[in-house]
Amino acid sequence: MRLYEQTAADLSRMLQSREVSSVEVVRSFLERINEVDPHLKAFITQTPVMALDSGGEIDARRMRGETIHPLAGVPVAVKDNISTMDLRTTCASRILENYIPPFDATVISAIKKAGMPILGKTNLDEFAMGSSTENSAFYPTRNPWDPERVPGGSSGGSAVAVATGMAPLALGSDTGGSIRQPASLCGVTGLRPTYGRVSRYGLVAFASSLDQIGTVSTTALDGALLMSLVAGYDPLDSTSLPDQIPDYSTGLELDLKNLRVGLIRYGRVEGFDPQVTETVTQAASLLEEHGAEVGEVSLPLTDYGLSAYYLIAPSEASSNLGRYDGVRYGFCSDGDSVEAMFSRTRGEGFGPEVKRRIMIGTYALSAGYYDAYYLKAMKVRTLIRRDYEQAFKKFDLLLGAASPTPAFKLGEKTEDPLQMYLSDVCNITDSLAGVPSLAVPGGFSSSGLPIGLQLTARPLQEKLLLKAARFFEEQRQPAFLRPRLEYLEGGGSNEI
Amino acid sequence: MKYEVVIGLEIHVELLTASKLFCGCSTAFGDEPNSNCCPVCLGLPGSLPVFNRRAIELAVTAALALNSEVQLTSRFDRKNYFYPDLPKAYQVSQYDRPLARGGSLEVEFNGGRRGVGLERVHLEEEAGKLIHAGDSIIGAGYSLVDYNRAGIPLLEIVTAPELHSGREARLFLEDLRTVLLYSGVSDCKMEEGSLRCDANISLRPEGSSELGTKAEVKNMNSFRSVELALDYEVKRQEQVLSGGGSVVQETCHWDEEKKQTIALRGKEGSSDYRYFPEPDLLPLVLESDFIQNLGRSLPELPAARQNRLRDQYGLEREEAFLLTANRELGDFFEEAAGEYNDYRTLVNWIQGDLLYQLRESGKQAEDLEPTLLVKLLRLLDEGSINRPVAKELLAEMVQTGADPKKLVRERGLERISGLESLLPLVEQVIAENPEAVENYRRGKEKALAFLVGKVMAMTKGRADPAELNRLFKEKI
Repeated sequence: MRLYEQTAADLSRMLQSREVSSVEVVRSFLERINEVDPHLKAFITQTPVMALDSGGEIDARRMRGETIHPLAGVPVAVKDNISTMDLRTTCASRILENYIPPFDATVISAIKKAGMPILGKTNLDEFAMGSSTENSAFYPTRNPWDPERVPGGSSGGSAVAVATGMAPLALGSDTGGSIRQPASLCGVTGLRPTYGRVSRYGLVAFASSLDQIGTVSTTALDGALLMSLVAGYDPLDSTSLPDQIPDYSTGLELDLKNLRVGLIRYGRVEGFDPQVTETVTQAASLLEEHGAEVGEVSLPLTDYGLSAYYLIAPSEASSNLGRYDGVRYGFCSDGDSVEAMFSRTRGEGFGPEVKRRIMIGTYALSAGYYDAYYLKAMKVRTLIRRDYEQAFKKFDLLLGAASPTPAFKLGEKTEDPLQMYLSDVCNITDSLAGVPSLAVPGGFSSSGLPIGLQLTARPLQEKLLLKAARFFEEQRQPAFLRPRLEYLEGGGSNEI
Repeated sequence: MKYEVVIGLEIHVELLTASKLFCGCSTAFGDEPNSNCCPVCLGLPGSLPVFNRRAIELAVTAALALNSEVQLTSRFDRKNYFYPDLPKAYQVSQYDRPLARGGSLEVEFNGGRRGVGLERVHLEEEAGKLIHAGDSIIGAGYSLVDYNRAGIPLLEIVTAPELHSGREARLFLEDLRTVLLYSGVSDCKMEEGSLRCDANISLRPEGSSELGTKAEVKNMNSFRSVELALDYEVKRQEQVLSGGGSVVQETCHWDEEKKQTIALRGKEGSSDYRYFPEPDLLPLVLESDFIQNLGRSLPELPAARQNRLRDQYGLEREEAFLLTANRELGDFFEEAAGEYNDYRTLVNWIQGDLLYQLRESGKQAEDLEPTLLVKLLRLLDEGSINRPVAKELLAEMVQTGADPKKLVRERGLERISGLESLLPLVEQVIAENPEAVENYRRGKEKALAFLVGKVMAMTKGRADPAELNRLFKEKI
């Protein structure tokens, strides 16, 4: 039995019954990382020593008979835009290449307290800006189903780590689809919780009103277990929601009898792969066959979502990224004056996509343009929220695609930012509305690439999403399909 | 042409909270540089702000004291600009929905009392502090930055353009400071930077209602420099306008050494701060009960106290003014007046000898227990000590806080009276000063004072002067 192929729930059970030790579990994943990661580059920083120490500590505590968290000893990978104390947090940017935070994000404190060993920090598009992980300043991550293709982004590293068994669970962040789109392209389950459900404290800000930490897992149950740990009110985050969290991981059976599902009718979206539409339609039929009431829903204003998003997110980003000036931490260039030092630091430290968004955002917030761009985008955002409120009067769950296409080729969209932005078109309006949204594997394209479904629910209804994801898992055989990584099996030396 | 001067002030006041606006770091002044810092006030990636409730209470209290209308909903915005003292490259401030709108402050100007309007009162965070190598910001080789100050809650008060001279600006500021001190929201120390003032100043032809082009004057570090800088700027603009030129909108720096304003090159012009709502904070929603409670617990303000001091204790206008402007002295007076009802004597001692001794010794009124002064005055009233002794004792009390009764007892400073004590001394002085005795006999009253003075010198001022007078008259 390969431990790295087990779900987090199974590992938890095996650890609690002392069938395996945490050190054995950690070692299995570390070996898998050694085998796979050189080819796919999911990690920016690996932390084998830390993970083994942490695993050893948990084993010792278990031996002493201490009461420990069910996930204690189950390892996890963390997107590299989440602050980890004394551990490099780069955001895949040159400007933070050597930045070591002196504090843990709230979610990291929770993970450490529970005793989950951290395997490493995963790759992303620089500052989470992108949909392919190609904007990493260090290297792109590759899709395990076809290494010539992208894993999606920005949480590409987390999605690949979980898809390939380099980690049973991972944390990602989703601003405009950064968990759901890569989950979809890699064939795993990714949950973007309600805005404010998981503390943002320690998540390096890209667009503060949209950023949300979420989970990447192979199954709904695993996602639920991790959610139970990281969700909840945090006094350090003023936008955190005070509501109690439910027990996400028990009672995950979906009651289809009383479920009303709205199948999203997409408006004028170019480049929608018919195989994706087909997969979504089949999923709707499946729900209907099992007793759900399925109707069509149109969210008329969502057509403007992409435009609104690409004004609001860059506006906030232009402000959030102002602090990287070389004065206090991170990369610092030189110059004859403080202004010259600022300019050179930022000019050399940021990659092209980050600069593009800073410029768009600076422009949108400038005097004379603010009303026409930022303010109008905020009004559209309000109207989109109302669209959702209307839709949720009729439906409990919205069903659509998690990505308009399966994974695209590396380099295919790098020269055309607009095409790249369109890869998030299915995900963005949920983000603007602040509602929870989940990507779950729905099927495969004719060329064998995963196609993801996207499920959306009312605020704080993460559990309903997890139940629905669980339903789709139960309809599949096997519940979770891993990429075969044929290119590795000839001895692992295949060049990619 | 005659010009009218139009001045509006922007005052920044650090609020007296123990911790910063968005984190738990100490606000103590003068600590080791960069020792009161954390991820939040250093703006480290991923850190987030959380309101300090106390700062909001103080800000609302200040707004109420200034008759400014506190808004039930206000909002925080980011003011974006790059500067090394600004850790996040934006300042969390309030833009179009400030904490409080309007307001006014009555000020005693040369031409009588007048209300000066306020535009707004809002809350924001302090920046860090730059220390420039070399003499000034201009041409410094390098600069050091201390973030201890970054994130201290700052109140911004913006006046209407209703001040008309450097003197008026100064008087307004002094009164504003008193009100803020009374409300307990700030220690208002200009020398420590907890009260700062920038001014917008423009000139217009007398009678015109249009505002002229303004200059913004910064770096005025005392009330006196506000007056000097604005007077200087009035003269400068007058010269420009009279010479047919026009004033350029610019920011100037007051140079305390050269006593002139210097335009800062290239820094401003048309700064675009790209304000937008701070997404990391929810709008600030205040309950009207919360505001009313703070209003009810608002301490007595200077104007009200001045009136009351006159009514309750029969003080003169100037006395009431003194005891209001110097709040601690006023508190001292009122506490003492609770035990001692000869208010006239009390206020005379306070504004005379006590104030003098405080100045001499560099002490504050709160360093002395009011009840000790009352004890001293009672000793005097009872005739237990003489006035010169009382004055000496007061000096010592201010220095050491000693009890006057105890001092009198320990050192035997009681008044010397009674025939058996004084008669031998009187007889001795008469015997030793035949000339003075003769002079007195010839009707020279001064000679008597001389003789009394001799006994006083022998007794170190302790002899009863009335009794001495009587004894000398009897004996000569």
